[in-house]
Amino acid sequence: MTRVSKRSLIGWTAAAALTALVGCGKKEEPAPQAAAPAAAPAAPAKAEPLKVAWVYIGPVGDAGWTFAHDQGRKAVEAEFGDKVQTTFVEKVPESTDAERVLRDLASQGNKLIFTTSFGYMEPTLKVAGEFPDVKFEHATGYKLAANMGVYDTRFYQDAYLSGIIAGTMTKSNVLGFVGSFPIPEVLRNINAFTLGAQSVNPKITTKVVWISTWFDPPKEAEAAQSLINAGADVLLQNTDSSAVLQTADKNGKFAFGWDSDMSAIAPKAHLASNMVYWGPYYKHAVKSVMDGSWKSSRDIWGYKEGANGVIKINDVVPEDVKKKIDEVKAGYKDGSKDPFTGPIVDSDGKERLAAGTMADQAWKDKVDFYVKGVDGKIPTGK
Amino acid sequence: MDQIALLIAATLASGTPLAIAGLGLLINEKAGVLNLGAEGMMLVAAIAGFAAAFATGSDTVAFVAGAAAGAALAACFGGLVIWLNTNQYATGLAVSLFGYGFSAFVGIGYVGQKLSDRTPFEVPGLSQIPFVGPALFKQHPMVYIAILMIAATVWFLYRSRAGLVLRAVGESPESAHALGYKVRWIRLLAVVAGGALCGVAGAFLSVVYAPLWVEGLVAGRGWIALALTTFATWRPVRVLLGAYLFGGVTMAQFALQGAGVNFSSQLLAMLPYIATIVVLAIISRNPTWIRINMPASLGKPFHPGS
Repeated sequence: MTRVSKRSLIGWTAAAALTALVGCGKKEEPAPQAAAPAAAPAAPAKAEPLKVAWVYIGPVGDAGWTFAHDQGRKAVEAEFGDKVQTTFVEKVPESTDAERVLRDLASQGNKLIFTTSFGYMEPTLKVAGEFPDVKFEHATGYKLAANMGVYDTRFYQDAYLSGIIAGTMTKSNVLGFVGSFPIPEVLRNINAFTLGAQSVNPKITTKVVWISTWFDPPKEAEAAQSLINAGADVLLQNTDSSAVLQTADKNGKFAFGWDSDMSAIAPKAHLASNMVYWGPYYKHAVKSVMDGSWKSSRDIWGYKEGANGVIKINDVVPEDVKKKIDEVKAGYKDGSKDPFTGPIVDSDGKERLAAGTMADQAWKDKVDFYVKGVDGKIPTGK
Repeated sequence: MDQIALLIAATLASGTPLAIAGLGLLINEKAGVLNLGAEGMMLVAAIAGFAAAFATGSDTVAFVAGAAAGAALAACFGGLVIWLNTNQYATGLAVSLFGYGFSAFVGIGYVGQKLSDRTPFEVPGLSQIPFVGPALFKQHPMVYIAILMIAATVWFLYRSRAGLVLRAVGESPESAHALGYKVRWIRLLAVVAGGALCGVAGAFLSVVYAPLWVEGLVAGRGWIALALTTFATWRPVRVLLGAYLFGGVTMAQFALQGAGVNFSSQLLAMLPYIATIVVLAIISRNPTWIRINMPASLGKPFHPGS
């Protein structure tokens, strides 16, 4: 998921000033055992721990995007113990502040730095040039440098599976999607959700409401309500709070969790949670820096690598649907299945992918259309 | 038809927090105090209300807690600007920024928590009428209370002696002082009452409307409420109508999107402020209008005895 303008969540510049003032709460969490050798100098000399740092856009308690990254950081600590020393800086604005924080982290001896939001792309690129012996990894971007790699996950694989569930559970054959910004990432999710639903129920149409923010719970609830008013009875969202799920619950409809496990919030309405696991990739990157095999590359991980998952499927979902989901998951893992497999026709009737073709990465990077079955037009601002 | 009824219902709900907060700010401004801290007061009240509802399961307790939190923050603001004569604009902005950070800090443990289920409220009998019932009579009680509050404020400001004194303090604190009214205390009361109303609005957002707590939940509605008082040219009924207008525009846009019609949501986000600037431009062209509508001492500190 890309973070284009999380800052716009408050429509006033003062918020940014505030974040600069009170944010950037920096916490160091040395690995639990790291203190032991220092206390006992007689012990045999140990290799210096690899210092790894994370830069977060939100607070780790956001129960969404940043929380998921921090779970990944903890997975690294659990895996490597006292061989790593991790640091994170939270609530870093996507501005020159990010450069300052990155420079700071690099000068403190961190050898691997993860920047976990789209807007950190340029700051990361700039600071990477200044510290050639530090490795940088930027989430969800597309610019590479000799010591800067890019990583991402395949959220649309989750969205497709959720679509299968939604297509089975809907009674009105109308699905709803609360979108943030019409960027390829979100359009992929809308399309995958719709294609998944159509794979079990060809009568499906999807209605989309854009709210122009990643995060505004009252607005998310309003958008969800208007989709329900328009006839949708299963909702998915690309925004960060549980407001859509709760609105569906209030109306006796169904919805999904996004980014984190939201099953406890509305046990009746919750059909499944769409998860992203950064841990496997973080462990891989740390390991490759340790053994010197790290190379700058663009890595997009999905089910195959354990980076995504649809979990806590509601008991009301029929067994044969769960079986179908397991089949698709197996297909993701062995590479025989991809949500974007032709024929794919857009909402104007134009063929975008020929029958039998599996979309490549370049195709996925440029998704700028709705598939057939999604109502309306993508806002262009023109 | 059903869709339109649901759109009206959604508009009433989304306009209610704006109307309540706008009314509170109007009372402040009628007494001559401009409190730019609305966003901060609403945020602090939102977390206070959410925490209270989480602990007790009662909406009423939540609204009382929200009102108390808003009033407490407003009292701090009042003490600073009325007695210490700090700059109202700067102090208000500070309250907003403080409220943002403070609510995020105390709210950490409440992110992702869930309030107990509540039964939807219906006006007995009336809610069964076709179209009108689902459009108007299936709302949270606070939606109706907001309308009553507007009516009460109209009566208070324009029909009661206390309201006259309040307006006198806002128009000409020197004259009110000369007549023996305690200008500072009256202003403080107005500020605290305004803060309490902003608090009720904040609690409505976190307890009824969203209903959940996350950092920055109010998301700019405090600023819209501030714009609303000017847009309404300091008239309570126009505050209510403006709130429904601003709330309704968003809901209409979502409904249109759901129906497949596109409209720029960025443009709509600007609309309340554009409307306010237009109103300001219009009333500023005509000195009489300004004199009639805008409290003459708005934003100006008062030094008794000077």
